[in-house]
Amino acid sequence: MTLSDQHRLTQLEWLESESIHIIREVVAEFEKPVLLFSGGKDSVVMLHLAAKAFWPSPVPFPVLHVDTGHNFPEVLAYRDATVERLGLRLEVAYVQDYIDDGRLRERSDGTRNQLQTQPLLDAISDLKFDAVFGGGRRDEEKARAKERVFSLRDEFGQWDPRNQRPELWNLYNGRHRPGEHVRVFPLSNWTELDVWQYIGAEDIPLPELYYAHQREVFERDGMLLGIGEFSQPRDGEVIEKRQVRYRTVGDMSCTGAVPSDAITVQDVIAEVAATRVTERGATRADDRASEAAMEDRKKEGYF
Amino acid sequence: MRTLLRLATAGSVDDGKSTLVGRLLYDSKSVLADQFDAVERVSRDRGLASADLALLTDGLRSEREQGITIDVAYRYFATAERSFILADCPGHVQYTRNTVTGASTADCVVLLVDVRHGIQEQTRRHLAVASLLRVPHVIVVVNKIDLVDFDEDTYERVSQEVLESARGLGLYDVATIPVSALEGDNVVERSERTPWYDGPSLLSYLEQISPIGDPHSEPLRFPVQLVIRPQSAAGEEFRDYRGYAGQIASGLVRVGDPVTVQPSGRTSKVSGIDTASGELSKAFAPQSVTLRLEDDIDIARGDLIVTSRSVPPVTQDVDGTIAWLADHALQPGTKVLLKHGTKTVQAIVKAISGKLDLDNARLLPADSLELNDIGHVNLRLASPIPAEEYLHSRSTGAFLLIDAQDGGTLAAGMVGDALLDARASVIDAAAATI
Repeated sequence: MTLSDQHRLTQLEWLESESIHIIREVVAEFEKPVLLFSGGKDSVVMLHLAAKAFWPSPVPFPVLHVDTGHNFPEVLAYRDATVERLGLRLEVAYVQDYIDDGRLRERSDGTRNQLQTQPLLDAISDLKFDAVFGGGRRDEEKARAKERVFSLRDEFGQWDPRNQRPELWNLYNGRHRPGEHVRVFPLSNWTELDVWQYIGAEDIPLPELYYAHQREVFERDGMLLGIGEFSQPRDGEVIEKRQVRYRTVGDMSCTGAVPSDAITVQDVIAEVAATRVTERGATRADDRASEAAMEDRKKEGYF
Repeated sequence: MRTLLRLATAGSVDDGKSTLVGRLLYDSKSVLADQFDAVERVSRDRGLASADLALLTDGLRSEREQGITIDVAYRYFATAERSFILADCPGHVQYTRNTVTGASTADCVVLLVDVRHGIQEQTRRHLAVASLLRVPHVIVVVNKIDLVDFDEDTYERVSQEVLESARGLGLYDVATIPVSALEGDNVVERSERTPWYDGPSLLSYLEQISPIGDPHSEPLRFPVQLVIRPQSAAGEEFRDYRGYAGQIASGLVRVGDPVTVQPSGRTSKVSGIDTASGELSKAFAPQSVTLRLEDDIDIARGDLIVTSRSVPPVTQDVDGTIAWLADHALQPGTKVLLKHGTKTVQAIVKAISGKLDLDNARLLPADSLELNDIGHVNLRLASPIPAEEYLHSRSTGAFLLIDAQDGGTLAAGMVGDALLDARASVIDAAAATI
């Protein structure tokens, strides 16, 4: 980004600077950080910021993907290409492994976002990660609105919203006892629109499905689901070809597309600025389950 | 160019803060259809005639189970000119903990007062915290003006009472606005029902005020976060690269500027200012950059690079004002960790020299500090830090006290006597009345 002429930062410059400061603090104070990377836009922006934070050195930590097995193929391809380009080490925790050996059971609705918590927590303790970068933003959801930038997790990976550390100035406190770890959210203060404006300003490549394209979809619970190996229409659900894009990327069987003509990043910025529905409300069946769905998942140790 | 402003809201129970925040979000069109649908649905379930905007800021289920909001929530809204980050601080028992947290990063505190009740104990405490934390702007929203029939005299009386109390705490830049959060008067648009009020609406006020400090008027302070040395990892070009990464805490730096590194006192000149997007000829707070120096001197995380024109002295003895945030009381003799900038050192609380009575900014004798107390302590550190008075530097005068055993955050600290000028003004006022 080019610097503004006056001695005042734009909101994007300010947010970038804050995030880089957070990421550097973690590397300086923790033994073994890891960054959660799914190929989704928030994790892509977070990784881009990490690469900027340590330039010209390479990113000094690995990335971790919790793979539901219900992937969009183009997102997996993007993930692998990015890891290759930045010379990163990729760790993958597979939900499928847990289902195969019976540690987890498939849910009746077949969706797997909720099943990610156990493989995530096991990967953190098995690989001894003490800091875990997540792309969560406070504007996403009301449980996230109360989340700290440095958020302590106990030895069971649980979040205790009633007993959070006060977070003062930009003096982050990452101290923890053995067995505990800290989730760190460098994008806490970013909104969906900030993320898109930054993607435009920095010219960050994304998986193509974030932009409008023709896709065979069917409607379920008011959402447009793409046809794929793990998401097939049930009786009475009609397949049609629509021009759509994805606002979020997750388990393909419960992540919806939205009708859109936004082909370029500037189109998307205009669309997001004018939108009347939150991204989770538009595209995540799992978050509609109850008013406190995210709060419950977070307490158990979810992202 | 869109800038960013950080706000903290505060108020006592039932002063309409949730409604005001809900109104700001709703009227600035930051509330999306599905969020509003949820509010309408819950309002109907509770038998309300219209959507209760306060529900937009409704908390977690674990908070509703306790019947109180216990924690700061962050909200985001934007206008064409500005993005806002709002720390929504609940005004309950744990008021100091929450308000101190919100105020520590705020450019502006928005404090609510119910026009029917006037200034409350809680109001004075929130004003004291804003003064203590040196929040640059304070706006007092005199709310529920619809309930006194938009009466100018009632508003003026409350407004004068607030301004007087604020002056007693050393706060001179305070604005008051007559508002009905419930009906939207003077929140986003100027209200026709308060023709006697000639100031801006709350939102246009927030759009106009200038954010924290001008980098030109402050000395360079640059806490080193880490040393960047790629060696062979970034190719031949960067084999000998050595840069000091950090976020400028205050001031401005140019290539060629003479700098001093504290606590060592070694000096050098800035030979380069790097970012991943390219080299800069100058940088200013709060940019994250990497500095290169002309001389190969020993610098590590925890060091502070400062302009050689203004070098803060280093000391192992720090007198400070602390807000005690832990459930157990602080006793003299307690060993803690102190985090200042990017440096963490061992410290011992040598003495507690008093406790602030926030209602009138007096220092009372005390031999321990309880949760939410604000007091003065003398600390002895295991190694020296360049401590500067918080009065002069919000960024390098702040510190945390941390529990060495469980890692918990015990206190928010400010170097020096943070309420000094406030207390002086109280004494002046007392002298004037004699």
